[in-house]
Formats: sequence, C-alpha cells, structure tokens
Amino acid sequence: MAEKNKVSRRKFLVRGGLGTVGVLAVGAYVFRNPIRRSILSMANSMEMGYMGDTDTPMIWFEVTNENNILVHSPKVEMGQGTFTSLAQMAADELDIAFEKVQVVHASTASGNIDGMSTGGSTSVSGLWQPLRELAATMREMLKNKAASKLGVSVGELTTKDGAVHHKDMVMTYAEITDGVTEWEVPDTPVLKDIKAYKYVGKPLARIDLNAKVFGEPIFGMDASMPDMLYGAVVRPTKIGAKFIKADTSKAEVMPGVVKVVLEEDFVGVVAASLQQAENAKNAIVTRWESPNGLQTKDIVALMTVGNGKTTIIQKEGSALEDTAEGLEQLEFRSPIGAHAQIEPNGVLAYVDGDRATIKISTQVIGITRKEVAKRLDFEEENVNVIPTYLGGGFGRRLHTPHAVQAAVMSKAVGKPVKYFFSRKEEFQHDMFRPPTHHVLKGKLGEDGLLENLEHHFVSGDVGNNSVLLPNPVPTILGADVGAIRGGFIQYGNVPNHRSVYWHVQLPFATSWWRSLGLLANTFAIESFMDHMAIKANKNVVDFRLAHIQDDEIGIRLKNVIKAVSDKAGYTDEVVGGKAMGMAASIDAGTPCAQVAEVSIEDNQIKVHKVTVALDPGLAVNPDQVKAQCEGCVIMGISAAMHEKMEVVDGELTPTIYGPYHMALMKHAPKEIDVVLLQGIDRPGPVGEPPLGPIGAAIANAVFRLTGRRLTEMPLSLS
Amino acid sequence: MKISMHVNDKLHSVDIYDENTPLLWVVRDILDLKGTKFGCGKAACGACTLLVDGEAVRSCSYAVKFANGKHITTIEGLGTKEDPHPVQQAWIEEVVPQCGYCQPGFMMATAALLNKVPNPTDDDIDKNIINVCRCGTYYRMRKAIHRAAELNASEASSTTQNS
Repeated sequence: MAEKNKVSRRKFLVRGGLGTVGVLAVGAYVFRNPIRRSILSMANSMEMGYMGDTDTPMIWFEVTNENNILVHSPKVEMGQGTFTSLAQMAADELDIAFEKVQVVHASTASGNIDGMSTGGSTSVSGLWQPLRELAATMREMLKNKAASKLGVSVGELTTKDGAVHHKDMVMTYAEITDGVTEWEVPDTPVLKDIKAYKYVGKPLARIDLNAKVFGEPIFGMDASMPDMLYGAVVRPTKIGAKFIKADTSKAEVMPGVVKVVLEEDFVGVVAASLQQAENAKNAIVTRWESPNGLQTKDIVALMTVGNGKTTIIQKEGSALEDTAEGLEQLEFRSPIGAHAQIEPNGVLAYVDGDRATIKISTQVIGITRKEVAKRLDFEEENVNVIPTYLGGGFGRRLHTPHAVQAAVMSKAVGKPVKYFFSRKEEFQHDMFRPPTHHVLKGKLGEDGLLENLEHHFVSGDVGNNSVLLPNPVPTILGADVGAIRGGFIQYGNVPNHRSVYWHVQLPFATSWWRSLGLLANTFAIESFMDHMAIKANKNVVDFRLAHIQDDEIGIRLKNVIKAVSDKAGYTDEVVGGKAMGMAASIDAGTPCAQVAEVSIEDNQIKVHKVTVALDPGLAVNPDQVKAQCEGCVIMGISAAMHEKMEVVDGELTPTIYGPYHMALMKHAPKEIDVVLLQGIDRPGPVGEPPLGPIGAAIANAVFRLTGRRLTEMPLSLS
Repeated sequence: MKISMHVNDKLHSVDIYDENTPLLWVVRDILDLKGTKFGCGKAACGACTLLVDGEAVRSCSYAVKFANGKHITTIEGLGTKEDPHPVQQAWIEEVVPQCGYCQPGFMMATAALLNKVPNPTDDDIDKNIINVCRCGTYYRMRKAIHRAAELNASEASSTTQNS
C-alpha cells in the first residue's frame, strides 16, 4: 500500500474511497499562480474518473500573513479526528509548530476534492504518504525560494519553527511567500525518519476542541446566508410509497409561503420562516400508492439464509454435510438499525444565475456536486460545495439527495434556501443498517480442534445499488462489498472453512452504517467460536490462537488476542457475579480483540468494563485512536443491546429517540481500557474496526453467567 | 408578542409572531446564537439544552412565552476561551468531543447538575445526564463531570480564601 502511494516527481498517486475497493487515481503537479498566498497548488490531469474536472487549481496548503499554515482537507471531519492527525503530519514535514497549523474543509472550488467519500476508515491511512510528501515538497520549495531571495546556497539553509534559517538570519514562511508568483516544484524529497517526528505519534489534543467546547457555529445546521428562506419537502410515511399527486392549493395561500415547488419526484415548499414552511408542508394533501401491511415478521422471513442468490466468498477444503456426525449449528440475527446521528440531514443551497453554492454536512463532496450539477444542468465547476463539520456521519451522509432538492427550490425562488429533515423523517427515511441472518456450522476433530467452520449469511444491501460504487462492481464481485465486511473466517488453520453470502432485495433502502457488516458478522462468528471452544472443553483464548495461521495478519490477530487477554486478566470463571466474554475481528486490515466484563442485574445485562486491544499500525494520534475505540465500544453496545427498528403496517418505527432505544450514560461501561499494538509501521484503519467484537464479547460473557446463548441483537434476557 | 429576556446577561427584547415558537429557534435564528443545537424537536435527545434561571431546559420544546422575564444561559454564555467555565475546562482536559454536535447540550446539563449537586456520584450522573451522544463519548464525559466538580470545589475554596 505504501508503495502505491509513493509520490514521484510530477506524479501523484492518491488512494481514495472505500477500503477494499479504493480507487487509484493519478494526477500531476502543475504549478499555478498562487490564489491568496497559496504556495502549493496542483491541477490534476486525471487518467481515471476521480475528480471530474482537470483544470482547476488544487490547493493543499496556504501560508497566512500570521505565518500559520492552512491545510485544505479533502476529507471531512465528523468526529473521527482526521483533521488533528493531518495537522500533525503536515507540521512535522513542514517544520512548523503544531499550534500554527489549521485545517479547513476544502471547498470544491479549491479543486481539492475527494471524488469518493470520507468513509471506510481510510482518511489518515490514505493520506499518510501523499500529505507528508506534499508537505515535504512545499518545505523544499520554501527553502529554494529563500535561497534565491537571500542570495545563498540552499545547502546552507535549515528550516525550523515555520522559518528558514541561515546563520543568524531568519525568514518566516510568510515572508518567503510574500510577492512570489512563480514556483518551481523540486523532486519529492526523502521523508524524515518517523522517529524524528515531534508530533506524529503524540497524543495531542484535537485541533477542533475549542470550537466544539465553546459552541462555535461550525456545522451544516449552523450555516446561513443573507435573505435566506426555509424549505420543507413532503415525505411519505409508508415503505415503498410512490408519489401520485398533490393538492397544494391550500399551502400556496398560507402566511409566509413564497412558493410551492412541484417536481416529478418531490413536492416542496419555500417560506419565510421555518415554522411557516412546516405549516405549509403539512397543508399539502399528497396521494401516495404503497404496498399495504408489511410487518417485521415479513422482513425476518425474507431475510433468511437460503433465500435469494448465493455467492461463495471464501472456500478452503470441503463443505460440511448437514448429515455429518458431530455437526454443531447455531443461527444468529441482527435487526434493522438506524444511523440516528444527532445533527439531522440538512443543506443550505443558493442558486444564483448559472452558479450554485451548497453548504452541507456531507461525506461525499464530489458526488453531492455532481448530482446538483446534473439536476440543474450546470457545469460541475459552477457548483461549489462547501463542506462543514459533520454532527455525526456514520455513513448516513453518503447520500445527499436533499442537496438537489434544496438547489431546485432555491432556483425556483432565486434566494438561498435552507432545509433539513425532521427527526421523524430521519428515522423513517434513513438508509438503514441492513438486518441480517447467519447460520454457523462447525465440527470438531478428535484432537478437539475444528475440522470445519462455515458462515452462511444473508444481508440487505450495503454497497449494492450505491452511488459510491461504479455499477459493475457488485456484479463482478457477486457479493455486496459492504455486507461481507467481517464475514470471512479468520481462522485459516481450520482445514475446511467457507463463507457463503446470500443476497435478498429488501423493500426499503439499506446502506452504509459505520463498520458495515462487521458488527453483525463478528457477533455471529465469534459467538459460535465461543460455543465451539466450550464444546471442545478448551479455554477460549487458546482455542482461538490454535486456529489462526502464522502469516502477517494472523500474527497480528494473535497478538491482539494475547494482549487483550493479558490486560483484562481474562478468565472463563465467574468471579463475584461478573463474567468475561471475548471476541476478535479483522476489519480493513486492522485486528481488534475485546473482553467485556458483565453482570446481570434485575434480569438486565450490565457491562462494567471493556478492554480493547487494537493494532492500527502506527497511531498518528494515540489519544484519538483510543477515543475511536471508546466510541466504537459504546456505539456497539448501543447497537448490540438496545437498538431495533420495526416494520409495523408498512411503516418503519419508532421515529424518535427514547422509543428508539440507544445507549445512554447509564449504559456506558465505567471502564474502557485500550491497549494499542503496532504490527505495521504505517497508519492503518481505525474508525470502524473496534466496532467488530463488542456484541459477541458481551453475549459470550452472558453465556458464562447464565448458560444461555443469546443469538439475536439486541441482546436481551427477557 | 414582545418577549423580554436576559440571554447570557444581556437584555434582549424580541417581537415574536407566534408566542409558542420554541425558545431554541429564537435563540438560534433571531439572536444568532448557534451553539444550542436542534436534534429532535421533541425534547428526546437534549442537544438543545440550555439554562433558564439556572435550570436545564430542552429548548426545542419550551415555548418562548415562558422565557419572558427570565435569565437564559447558552453555551456561548457559559464561559469564554480566556475564562472557561469549570465544565468547559474539564471537557478540554479530558478531550471529550468527537463530532461535537451534542456536546453543548451535555455541558449545559452538567452545569445545571453541578448547581444542584456539587459533587455528583456516578449514580447521580446516570440519573441526571440523560442526553443522547451518538459518537459514544459518555466514558470521557463521566470523567469530565467528576473533574468539573473538582474544579468547582477548588474554585470555591480559593474564592473563600481570597475573601
């Protein structure tokens, strides 16, 4: 991976996109006149569809008058801490104090657009090589320019604290860039030794900490423009509802209403205030046609292994016959889950003549722009998408059709229009985490080790039908690249093992939810491993280790299992009413193992402590890696123990927090102990992998306490 | 209807067409204080929590007419970067926020809790801090709440010594 990301002179490889199906894009540095004191810019001549537009200058860094460095990030900050890690990387190669580096979202007008998404836990790992090389190149450019300004040889210069030094002369980066319009791009310099870095590898505080603690208006919901109006869009409550017609006569004459916008695919209203827009929306009488009476049990029946089309995604040795002697088999289920991010989806759009400006919380900056441009029939460069901080992403903001709707409404009234989802709309029109069903089969040999291990599973779509993937991808692969995450057998020493994916089309949209298939797949497989270890009368740690092969990833997986076992003091015994459960997973190349310490109080499962061992490779910011582990543990507890959407009479429900049970303060473990290992010398994915083991770890602990094998999320004893 | 209220120690007088407009939207859209967040509109998530006469209130479901004559504190008025409120100081020390969207609501709820219970137990925290955080920052928040109580106590004792 690191090799592929190598930057060569005038060539620049970016790894973008979604974990295993990342798109490789090739661009070239072409130097432009600086835009506002930008000293490094690039225009790309793309050989693959990555950024759409090849002529726009691409800004990575700016030097400000105050001698600060502004990094324009093509990735959005949604809490995962990417901005802080990018600042650490840039500061080290630029020889400037970390405090002097600021990171902002690149607008599409800057040209620095990630044609794919912020997702798949790829932001820091994907930018690790290119960003440092860009920063190092910029440092050399500054030195070269200083040399010519000072009339000395570049070899006599050093860089330190945001300045070039020559004997007792000091020239700040701002002074060097002042008045310069022509720059030469040198060969990409050799990067510093990682050990020489002052900031990379240090647990520095997040650079957005102050903004978030003092309530600064940094989110999409906080965006405003002069003369802004408010929009609202009518949405059906039933699954699969088709729009037939709308009577808008009453809404049109209501107070504050500027315009009712009736399109082929939606009905919206624009009004002077939020309340007036909502009132008018509620006065529109809409006829929908929808299939009747769909219930949760129908979805469950549909989502059953054996239905639909099948693809074998992993195969070693022979299949296990259903009639085999000693066959063990268990079934598991996970429910429909909501994203439930606290900031609703929303957008502020202003279409002014042939130009559009879109301020939005989005994970797909380039796709948002493309879709708006297409609908308005504008050139893409005439649509500027200005991303904001996200009030939670989790995959929900990989879909932004509301940007198109707001742009259409703004065009209709000639003024900026802001609109956002109600919470009910958020729940009913989420792009849900798909429900799943798993059949695990296994058989022990005479030595008490597994001879066979099979995972058969069905899931609603994640990557299929997604705008994020080129159409042929799912067809070529045969299986949904998202649904299968975590669905592979990670125990390569089992002589006969296989994983078989089944595809069924659901009547409502499901999609990317942080860690994709990982949580449910790991819940099923690792619960079954626990079951088989007990059948074999073996310690669950030793049982797992015995089945893992000795290649690089296998060794890293074994190391996290050993580390978590040591740190937690893992025991199979129930001590003082508490029991431990263990599980492990590999996601996007990052192994993670967890031990949950659990008791039963008033017939409720209580998680007291979770120990996490993660091998993310090099942790650019160990404190933020730990924060991601803590967050994944708690979000995982929420999903595995509390959350469930139901289908009742054709409607998805509940539609509000509270009835949609989620983990609150009282459900969060009071102790989360994180151990970080470094099995590789570069950063690997972090934001999703720690979500894998938690469900199984808790269920396995519950088995120790009760002798009951819980096979359905949300886990419950009643 | 004319509503007069102190917001962050400043008297505001606003003309409201509909007196049942939630206080949240008056604070956000008329007074342009965007730190108080909209999450659900049904007082179910707590993102919109602010203080009305020192009590935590979910402002998305609190009609502005009830705020008439009262003292409102939002996150912008809790403390400043130069002089952070102990809750904000604790949040910084523990590096609590991830996405950050729900955090003002949690900090306001915590400030209100500490007004009533200066040294809350874990149980007090569980019972009183019932907002929703999707990133799962509860673990650090709990540490920060205990830390804020300590900071409050040391501030109070140094004030006593100085007086």
